[in-house]
Amino acid sequence: MRKNSWLVIMLVLIIPAMLFTVSCAKKAVETAPAETAQPVVTQPATDTAADQAAAERARLEQERIAAEQAKRQAAMVFSEEDVYFEFDSSALRPDAQDTLVQKAAYLRANPNVSVTVEGHCDERGTEAYNMALGERRAQSAKDFLVNLGIASNRLSIISYGEERPIDPGQNEAAWAKNRRAHFAID
Amino acid sequence: MRHNNRLYNFIRVLILVGCLSTPGVGLGDVQYIDLTNPFLRKIPMAVPVFSPVSPGGANGALTTGLSDSLSRMLEFTGYFKILDRGSFLHDPKSGNITQNSINFQNWTTVGAELLITGGANVRADELVLELRLFDTFKASLVVGKRYRGRVQDQRDMIRRFCAEVIQALTGNQGVFDSKIAFVSNGTGQKEIYVCEFDGHDVRQVTNKRSITSFPAWSSDGRYLAFTSFEKGPAKIYVRDLKSGLETIFNFSGGQIAPAWVPHRFELTATLSREGDQEIYLLTGGGKMIKRVTNSPGIDVDATWSPDGRMIAFVSKRAGTPQIYVQEMGSNRIRRLTFEGRYNTQPSWSPKGDKIAYSSMAEGQLNIHVIDIEGNHPIRLTYNQGDNEAPSWSPDGSLIAFKSTREGVARIYTMTAYGTDQRRLLVLSGEQSQPRWSPNILP
Repeated sequence: MRKNSWLVIMLVLIIPAMLFTVSCAKKAVETAPAETAQPVVTQPATDTAADQAAAERARLEQERIAAEQAKRQAAMVFSEEDVYFEFDSSALRPDAQDTLVQKAAYLRANPNVSVTVEGHCDERGTEAYNMALGERRAQSAKDFLVNLGIASNRLSIISYGEERPIDPGQNEAAWAKNRRAHFAID
Repeated sequence: MRHNNRLYNFIRVLILVGCLSTPGVGLGDVQYIDLTNPFLRKIPMAVPVFSPVSPGGANGALTTGLSDSLSRMLEFTGYFKILDRGSFLHDPKSGNITQNSINFQNWTTVGAELLITGGANVRADELVLELRLFDTFKASLVVGKRYRGRVQDQRDMIRRFCAEVIQALTGNQGVFDSKIAFVSNGTGQKEIYVCEFDGHDVRQVTNKRSITSFPAWSSDGRYLAFTSFEKGPAKIYVRDLKSGLETIFNFSGGQIAPAWVPHRFELTATLSREGDQEIYLLTGGGKMIKRVTNSPGIDVDATWSPDGRMIAFVSKRAGTPQIYVQEMGSNRIRRLTFEGRYNTQPSWSPKGDKIAYSSMAEGQLNIHVIDIEGNHPIRLTYNQGDNEAPSWSPDGSLIAFKSTREGVARIYTMTAYGTDQRRLLVLSGEQSQPRWSPNILP
């Protein structure tokens, strides 16, 4: 009797704790496994097989949730981190190449993902020339990824020329942010 | 549809009753306007308020409106200085509109070298308008016309007479039968609009709700090409303005900056279907004819010579965007611009002798003109924001362009020599990419 009610009390405490950590997952991603790991570790000494299975399921659930968080995070980084260019250029600087290497890693880890590479320019040039330059920037980024082994049919390109600046400012800092290739997950 | 009805009504109603006596001077006798630099000295012209032909035949609002409309249209050309009516010697409403009744000394005394008189008569909804252009020093009639039509067609009558005036004084057709297409984003997205040569009667032509730009007129004014992101990456559309039907070009990769071949149902555009931005010649229906340029790097922004034998375009083959000229027959290419590190947006004058373009220096764009041999580049705009996207009027006398001199992008016009820079119109949002049509109105 005493052993069963102790078990009931433990489960009553554990399950809401798990639910709590799931709903606050965004902030607690890194710490969640640690939080819930502890109660599970103290269990085995007194548990039946059913309790062990429940605890195992809980742990796997936590891992699954954590993995999903990591995946979402990686996708966010992938699509938010742009590749930048010099004025009137579609050449890839070393920092641009580093970013692209990371993007290739993501694409290799997620083989089902296909991407539209957008090419953009700052507002200073003229419209038709910038349409062409934007396309060259997108193509430049795509070619680099293809050379790293990403299948060409996973990457489509589009140029927006100077039509979609990310920063409307009229200074060098804003222009530098607008001269970019952006990766939108399809 | 609208265009169709207008055309039909125009022809049905506007009947030219006849010339009003033979002109006193032939076209070749006297050179009124020096076409080597016609804007150097503006010819003083008087346009008194028109008179009713018979008592009570027209009210003051109508006659004043007609004479003001005529004055503004002629002033737009840049050839004339329209004299202030306050300086006139006598009351022009006394009805002296014919050669025999005018005291020309009254006009030469106030400095008018040209005089236009008008007589108007309205009966029911019908307007009869007589207009006469006189040479005041010779005391002779240069051209006189009588127009009959509906009161609401008065602007067309004025327009027709202005064309007669310019024809008589320069030997050329002028700009009055042309339109200007342009891009405006007042709806929240860039769309194509069209207005008359002086900015009147603006109409929205596209409603794609996505970035739509680069309007281009076919020689006969029947087709308008443009690009739109309506269906994803920018594609070229060719719209038949008569029927409203559109053809969408189907090539892989981007499609940029269509430019019609003069007097043919063909156009050039930049495509990247072979991996590099090159200029191709296509049919108006979207079929490939051939590749025109053959050089790694960007080739874009083509403009045709009026005889259809050459194109000027922008290429980065020498390292910076510069303008080149290619002969279509021999494929001989030569570089046109050597000053400046960023020369784009070439526009070939319909007179064939000059190319306007924009040049970027110290971060600002300005409009320059160069002759087709590449000599004598002249800068036309100075220190007034960015000035770009030049487009010639069909007679080669004026240039429409985009300027940010007032802080917001607007369309302006100026003479071919850079004088008389004035704003064409104001719409909500920003306006850009003006494209002046050939003379296409009936």
